[in-house]
Amino acid sequence: MKLIFEKSVAGRHCDLLPRCDVEYVEVPKGFAREKAPALPELSEVDVTRHYTELDHRVHGVNCGFYPLGSCTMKYNPRIDEEMAALPGFAGVHPLAPKDAVKGCREVLDTAAKYLCEITGMDGMTFQPAAGAHGEFTGVLLIKQYHDKRGDKKRTKIIVPDSAHGTNPATAAMCGYQVVNIPSAPNGCVDLEALKAVLGDDTAGLMLTNPNTVGIFDENILEITKLVHEAGGLCYYDGANLNAIMGVVRPGDMGFDCIHMNLHKTFATPHGGGGPGACAVGCKEFLREFLPASALMQGEGHLQVRAFAGNFLVVVRALTYLLTLGREGVPEAAQNAVLNANYLMQKIKGTFEPAFDRICMHEFVLDLSEFKKETGVSALDVAKSLIDYGMHPPTMYFPMIVHEALMLEPTETESKETLDWAAEVYRKLYELGKTDPQYMHDAPHHAQIGRPDEVRAARQPVLRWKKPE
Amino acid sequence: MSYVPSTAEQRQEMLKTVGVQDYRGLYRDVPQQMLLDGLDIPEGMSELAVTRAMTAMAAKNTLFQTILRGAGAYDHYIPAVVKTVPAKEEFLTAYTPYQAEMSQGVLQSIFEYQTMICELTGMEVGNASVYDGATAAAEAAAMCRDRKRRVTLISGAAHPDVINTVRTYCYGTGDELKVVPAKDGKTDADALGSMLDEGVASFIVQQPNFFGQLEDVEALGKLAHDAGAMYVMSCNPISLGILKTPRECGADVAVGEGQPLGMPIGFGGPYLGFMATTEKYMRKLPGRIVGETVDSKGERAYVLSLQAREQHIRREKASSNICSNEALCALTASVYLAAMGPDGLAEAARQSMAKAHYLCKQLTALPGVELVYTGEFFHEFVTKLPKQDEVLAALEKAGILGGLPVKEGVLWCATEKADKAALDKAVEIVKEVLAK
Repeated sequence: MKLIFEKSVAGRHCDLLPRCDVEYVEVPKGFAREKAPALPELSEVDVTRHYTELDHRVHGVNCGFYPLGSCTMKYNPRIDEEMAALPGFAGVHPLAPKDAVKGCREVLDTAAKYLCEITGMDGMTFQPAAGAHGEFTGVLLIKQYHDKRGDKKRTKIIVPDSAHGTNPATAAMCGYQVVNIPSAPNGCVDLEALKAVLGDDTAGLMLTNPNTVGIFDENILEITKLVHEAGGLCYYDGANLNAIMGVVRPGDMGFDCIHMNLHKTFATPHGGGGPGACAVGCKEFLREFLPASALMQGEGHLQVRAFAGNFLVVVRALTYLLTLGREGVPEAAQNAVLNANYLMQKIKGTFEPAFDRICMHEFVLDLSEFKKETGVSALDVAKSLIDYGMHPPTMYFPMIVHEALMLEPTETESKETLDWAAEVYRKLYELGKTDPQYMHDAPHHAQIGRPDEVRAARQPVLRWKKPE
Repeated sequence: MSYVPSTAEQRQEMLKTVGVQDYRGLYRDVPQQMLLDGLDIPEGMSELAVTRAMTAMAAKNTLFQTILRGAGAYDHYIPAVVKTVPAKEEFLTAYTPYQAEMSQGVLQSIFEYQTMICELTGMEVGNASVYDGATAAAEAAAMCRDRKRRVTLISGAAHPDVINTVRTYCYGTGDELKVVPAKDGKTDADALGSMLDEGVASFIVQQPNFFGQLEDVEALGKLAHDAGAMYVMSCNPISLGILKTPRECGADVAVGEGQPLGMPIGFGGPYLGFMATTEKYMRKLPGRIVGETVDSKGERAYVLSLQAREQHIRREKASSNICSNEALCALTASVYLAAMGPDGLAEAARQSMAKAHYLCKQLTALPGVELVYTGEFFHEFVTKLPKQDEVLAALEKAGILGGLPVKEGVLWCATEKADKAALDKAVEIVKEVLAK
């Protein structure tokens, strides 16, 4: 389809603003831009139709199955959108006087209180805008803690090799040396490997539990104890909180600080890549290090972005939390886990799970045997799924499993959807054995064929240019 | 209610298929003493009850008819189409377009957004967004650092939250941030000159600055370049409808807060950090970038590109840890810019400037209300204001959010949204309080 710029017609426009009712002022000499930006010139009909055409080429979780592992693509309730659009929230200036923003404060305080209860933490900030940003915030708590004690020798953060890429990247942004430790054969933390790297240079450990292969680490209490004994702190990556919310709390596992992706666990929409929102919680002794806005709360604190965070996303998350309540929160977690296990059982016997045991909210298929046998890769299977209108799982992650496909169905999928998905996977398993070429060429009925990514990287075309 | 569709019977059947008796069987790896016995939060609510509860909270906020406060959150008119497009269920509920074959809509919208940001800033390459204007400045500072040049300079006339955010990111990596003092409401060029040395990686300036003043950005950029430092400009995107582009001013990196482009002020977020640079620094830009290519049939297609910079590939060596960004806000900005067009954007900028100057003229005609900084300004300005608290309270009572109290006085802002009658009303109230 055409780019919006290719639909532009010189002189066309939407009438949106009234005539100016005060005198214009000249742009001071030397400050005016030479020529107008080449923005498209369109009528409102053109604009609406263009974006509707684009919208038809997007698959969201509210359109269909989206089991993208590690991303918790659960249904995004419509009521949450309506609440976030209330003028009483959307129209509030972040720097309005305290008396004028009592409702916003109540939203933040209430959400903080409930999330502290769910995670076993004592303090909470909503300033970070996304999960990785929350990791940054959380590891900065650890850094400030050691710095304040004058403990300058702690220069290392330990990260399992199964971790999300954001974990080591975050540790590096906080000035730490990253120590990667190999996972045990069962995908969990290898206690001996952990012990071997712990020492008085350990600032902390970053861990996801359940981990990225979807397994709850049964040694968790031992792990956090070992880190604490070495003088380090334990950071909980809340990417996988959906499996355990209302069932078991990171605070009780021995973690000192935690981030939660409100756009995963608490059902706020992913928006094509964002905005997310993140809550970072901590135990009492770290509270003094939580970030704050210089303009809203005064100097003297670190801060990770302007103002109070992605507030309207917090409104959505609170609406969701109020809807679920004390029974709904664990019910969601339990059914996320049930759905994952059910789907794994239904697929088993064709594609095999990397770890054949009860999983948490997600599981990883290992296609390396299948690839050896048929030549069909995890990528081929993923692309073939697109022809069925189903979003592929996360591919080639975690890195400790070769030819990995990671599925996270979430609790909001019905048994019928899971049965259908399992049937599609079984079909593709058979197809791989009989017609591998068809799968190498997939997708066949998608918006586009497979794109040439090498060309995109080697000859970067990153913007449209007006033809000369 | 938990939005779980399966019935009680189905759940039993599924548990049986999995081979466990009940939910506890699913959590058998969890040390049993850790299992929770209930949460101390209220019972779940119906949609209607939740609506009541949330609406009641919203009602505790004061909604002002007229907002004469900016300071990083600008109350511009948001066209209806700018609200409806990003609310479409597909755009709203998709995630990062990892699978290009079923995400061309998102990818193309980002490609178009990157183009629009390049057009606004005069740059050659833009990313798909970062969290907000403050983190955009911090990411820019990081991308400018190399082995030898580690120090970042930022103008003291930049937004306090931006300065503090950049400081925080520098604290993370253990690098130094130095604040160049402001003089008469603008960056002190002499001070900048004396602070620039071979250790300085970049200088960050905000245009218009926190006080609304127009900085002499070309001269400041020349100073930075002469010292071998990179030049970063943080810009108000509405002002770029009429003001010189950062590229025209010599900037190597353009960043800014994209909120004025169709996003509600929303108590501070979600907002939009935009970033663009020259081709030379393309591979140092953090965040997602969408590129054009062809598909297996030779047709034009879009993909996430240059991913070798990113955390999921490079891990601790990545240029940034950013993963989720502000894609829907970038879409909002795109729809805003498409609806406004070049003329509409320029008109919003001109009207904002006109209204702010009108307000300034009327206010400073009142006894004791003096302009603190007398340089050229865009749509914000600082005045001394006698009986400050009283005046602001009287304005609030009349449904007007007055300027922001700052150390130097009161920082006022006007946009195209306030008509002359609203501005006159505000001035009248100030006049009345001052006359008392």
